[in-house]
Amino acid sequence: MLNIKSLKELQKTTYNDLVKTLSDNSNIGIKEDGSFYLKGDYYEKQTRIALRNCGIIRPHFIEDSIATKAYIALANLLENNIPPTKVVDDIIESGLRGRGGAGFSTGKKWAEALKHDDTQKYVVCNADEGDPGAFMDRSILEQDPHSVLEGMAICGYAIGATKGYIYVRAEYPIAVQNLEIAIKQAKEKGLLGENILGTDFTFDIELRLGAGAFVCGEATALIESIEGHRGMPRNKIYRTAHKGLFQKPTVLNNVETLANVHMIMLNGVDWFKSIGTEKSTGTKVFSVVGKVREAGLVEVPMGTPLSYIIYDISGGIKDDKALKAVQTGGPSGGCIPANLMDTTTVDFESLERIGSIMGSGGMVVMDEDDCMVDIARFFMDFTVEESCGKCTPCRIGNQRILEILNRITKGDGTMEDIRTLKDLSNVIIETSLCGLGKAAPNPVVSTLHYFENEYIEHIQNKRCPAGVCKNLLTYVVMDNCIGCGICKLNCPVNCIDGERKEKHFIHIDKCIKCGTCFDKCPKNAITMK
Amino acid sequence: MISITINNKPIMVEEGTTILEAAKKLNILIPTLCHLNLHDINVNSETASCRVCMVENTKNGKLIPACATRVWEGLDVRTDTLKVIRTRRIMIELLLSDHPKDCLVCAKSGHCELQNLANENNIRSVRFNGKQHNCKIDDTSLSLVRDMNKCILCKRCETMCNDIQTVGVLTDVGRGFDTVVGTAFDHPMHETVCTFCGQCVSVCPTGALTEVDNTSQVWNALDSEKTVIVQVAPAVRVALGEEFGMEAGSIITGKMVSALKALGFDYVFDTNFAADVTVMEEASEFIDRFKNGGTLPILTSCCPSWIKFVEHNFGDLVDIPSSCKSPHEMFGALAKTYFAEKIGKNPKDIIVVSVMPCVAKKYESARPELSNQQIGTSDVDIVISTRELARMISEATLDFTSLPDSEFDRFMGQSTGAAAIFGATGGVAEASLRTAYDLITGESLQDVNFTPLRGFENIKEATVNINGTNINIAVASGLGNARKLLEMVRNGEKEYHLIEIMACPGGCIDGGGQPYIRGDIDILNKRMNAIYQIDSDKKIRKAHENPELQQLYKEFLGEPYYGQKAHDLLHTHFHARKKYDEA
Repeated sequence: MLNIKSLKELQKTTYNDLVKTLSDNSNIGIKEDGSFYLKGDYYEKQTRIALRNCGIIRPHFIEDSIATKAYIALANLLENNIPPTKVVDDIIESGLRGRGGAGFSTGKKWAEALKHDDTQKYVVCNADEGDPGAFMDRSILEQDPHSVLEGMAICGYAIGATKGYIYVRAEYPIAVQNLEIAIKQAKEKGLLGENILGTDFTFDIELRLGAGAFVCGEATALIESIEGHRGMPRNKIYRTAHKGLFQKPTVLNNVETLANVHMIMLNGVDWFKSIGTEKSTGTKVFSVVGKVREAGLVEVPMGTPLSYIIYDISGGIKDDKALKAVQTGGPSGGCIPANLMDTTTVDFESLERIGSIMGSGGMVVMDEDDCMVDIARFFMDFTVEESCGKCTPCRIGNQRILEILNRITKGDGTMEDIRTLKDLSNVIIETSLCGLGKAAPNPVVSTLHYFENEYIEHIQNKRCPAGVCKNLLTYVVMDNCIGCGICKLNCPVNCIDGERKEKHFIHIDKCIKCGTCFDKCPKNAITMK
Repeated sequence: MISITINNKPIMVEEGTTILEAAKKLNILIPTLCHLNLHDINVNSETASCRVCMVENTKNGKLIPACATRVWEGLDVRTDTLKVIRTRRIMIELLLSDHPKDCLVCAKSGHCELQNLANENNIRSVRFNGKQHNCKIDDTSLSLVRDMNKCILCKRCETMCNDIQTVGVLTDVGRGFDTVVGTAFDHPMHETVCTFCGQCVSVCPTGALTEVDNTSQVWNALDSEKTVIVQVAPAVRVALGEEFGMEAGSIITGKMVSALKALGFDYVFDTNFAADVTVMEEASEFIDRFKNGGTLPILTSCCPSWIKFVEHNFGDLVDIPSSCKSPHEMFGALAKTYFAEKIGKNPKDIIVVSVMPCVAKKYESARPELSNQQIGTSDVDIVISTRELARMISEATLDFTSLPDSEFDRFMGQSTGAAAIFGATGGVAEASLRTAYDLITGESLQDVNFTPLRGFENIKEATVNINGTNINIAVASGLGNARKLLEMVRNGEKEYHLIEIMACPGGCIDGGGQPYIRGDIDILNKRMNAIYQIDSDKKIRKAHENPELQQLYKEFLGEPYYGQKAHDLLHTHFHARKKYDEA
């Protein structure tokens, strides 16, 4: 069992060990301040705070974490008997905002939980990362679990909680495993559990596994789920910091938020505030996917221009195609058109201003081959599937939106549908019970705002400009056809005619638009119009 | 006090008041659908899920649910802006877009809150169309029909089933658009622990939950050669009038008897008569257990829903309830023996119909223990609810309100005030005490009113001194309260001699087969007052003083409880059930 002194000694020895271990690794360098970094343009252009240890330490070795000063921030608080109010004030002052999506002040949450006296309070870590294509939290949980555990313990210290839960999705088996190992090791070393580091501070953490419901990432649904109920959002009469888990004061923070806490405590409020913008301090991790050359996790200071992330860090668009839009904020976010790339920066205010959101940091890059109506339909399909079904607007309204989008992408849309989409979206946003429903129509609203002409093209001219919506495509044989007959042979509905060595012909009325002829043609003589 | 403004009208309200409650004080009627608040019986369904009651916060233009938002100082809302009205319209249209449009033939037609809402909000077309639910209708049980295609997921039934009754049969199943209220493993209701209390039906705003309609069986019986006997439970006569626009709590016993005669029943009798018999039997059984060191407390057994609840949840305690059949079952048993002899009919040619405030009685009448093996028929053949009787009266073109008063028929029609109060929580205990006191002491109790046992309180307690011994009595209504009480008894925290339990909050006046009160608790209060009015108007208020009852024991039954005939006809047994077996 460690005490404060022996932890600090252990940190020094393990640091030296880690330097030795990593000295052979040509991908990892050591900065002047002694911290490690990943070499290469992709990483060096980033500012990695939450991801500081990812790819560097071995997550199964608590010694590696201690070497990088894990639990030292907590030890300092305990050593100097820092009053909880000071910790809370520091977090408020640092400007740290929730990285899970809404961007609420983390410190204010803590302050509210501190304010309410109770025999039992809770710290809950929301590790139910569910946005499609988003892996920020997963990376931290799998590769640097102790940063989350320490963040929770500091929060527990600050608000007077002795118990924490990590609600992690079961679809992250490695994260679950690594968290289990980390909690066990931390307890063995006296860094969690009773009398932490020989002091009278007690804080224990338990894991709770989510069963695959996206809505359980919503704070109150998550709490319901931990309590053993069906994961459905509560009607918010009280803040969770007042009456949350088991009706007790509860702080619920996201993984990335908690991973920042250690750094703020260790490096000071001013250091943290020096990164990012005035209202959005620090960094944000983005999961950049889609049509970029290098997909991956990118951590940059808040306020970084979108274009810097896409072109400078992620290498620009694949195959030199034209950038069309970027979807930020996952299924609840919005599409930002290419012409706003330079002027849009990634911080809470800027993104909201142009009709998108920060969300948890999903970033899908789309090029000229992506159909915006289809993208909206895709995200809508996701939220409709993941709605809990509790409130009318989300349960029925979003389903109706999806049905309209399906009609439009099949060429059965009407101009009246555009009006209905707008009306319905507004009502759903204004009346849904929880964040999932309120944000669900965002992809529709933003694509309608920036790409209404694509909708109109689908409706009036029955044409999908990006060539994505199959029902609106026509397959045509071009003049370079050599008459080999392979298309004719493979067509499942026998709608291709033609003599050998002569140009073939597709009967459009019979064609089911399966695309087989297109795929099979050895001369690329079939095109979609 | 907090000062707020609604539609430019200022008002001061207490902290914790919802916008909906505050608006009501200003006579501003905000439409609601999922909301249900019955304070007096401790029911508050506040899921705020339908989003029909959204009002506009003038400070920021945001919409907030009036039913679940507590007011704060300086709050200024409007309920009448175009935005609010349009939003509400869309919400109703969305609900209707996933709702069958068979209103004309729906069992809830005219009583449907969704139908009313659509009408009051001038919905004349639905701009949305698309997928609709296509659930199999569960009509497997003898009491309830569940048509989840008509469910709007207000979750009132879940509040009732899980929070109030703690039966725990109903829950949300599936997600997104496909979410339905269902049972574990999608078991049909008759294979669940459902007690058929029917409280889910009582609160369902649409036709998603209805009672099994047995009126055609009654019409067929009336059309047959057989002798058809009808009996009416005590709580029916204080509620039936509501179905014909009469003031809640109107006592319409005489008109009801006339209506039943006009419908063609051969004999119109009173379950109250059998309630008096129940008092005799139960009081005798209690005295026997009390004097001879039998199992105590004794629990009343009039309520079939309660009995099924015990069988499922307190299997170790099934020897505690009184072995008495419920009053209408006692009536059925006697009608096919005692009365059959009187009129010289073969019991097989007699059909007994019960009019009950209850839907559990439908299931109960099919319990195999509640039949006469020698005759080979059930004690009671058909059960209809108060609502079903009202529908039959309408079908028969009777103008109920102008019917003259008639009297129940002789031999099984006379009853006392003790029987009348069976219809309200605490009534069975009070009635039993009146008789037990006289039987134990040999004296005549002067003040027959046991007021601590009356009213809507969750659990009521009283101690009565009889011959120097304190008798501890507890009364609970609502199965959740019953569970609490029984757990205290099981843990030895409390010791009682007599416990009365009724499954429905408030007792049979709030039964699952009664006219819908739709959130108006005043109606229940009026029904309860009427019940006690009937009692106090009676000259005879103790069961054992009922002359027809005395005649029954003298001529036919012999000794109460101990007599062979009483034992065979009026008593039954219960058995522990698993969580999931066949009902």
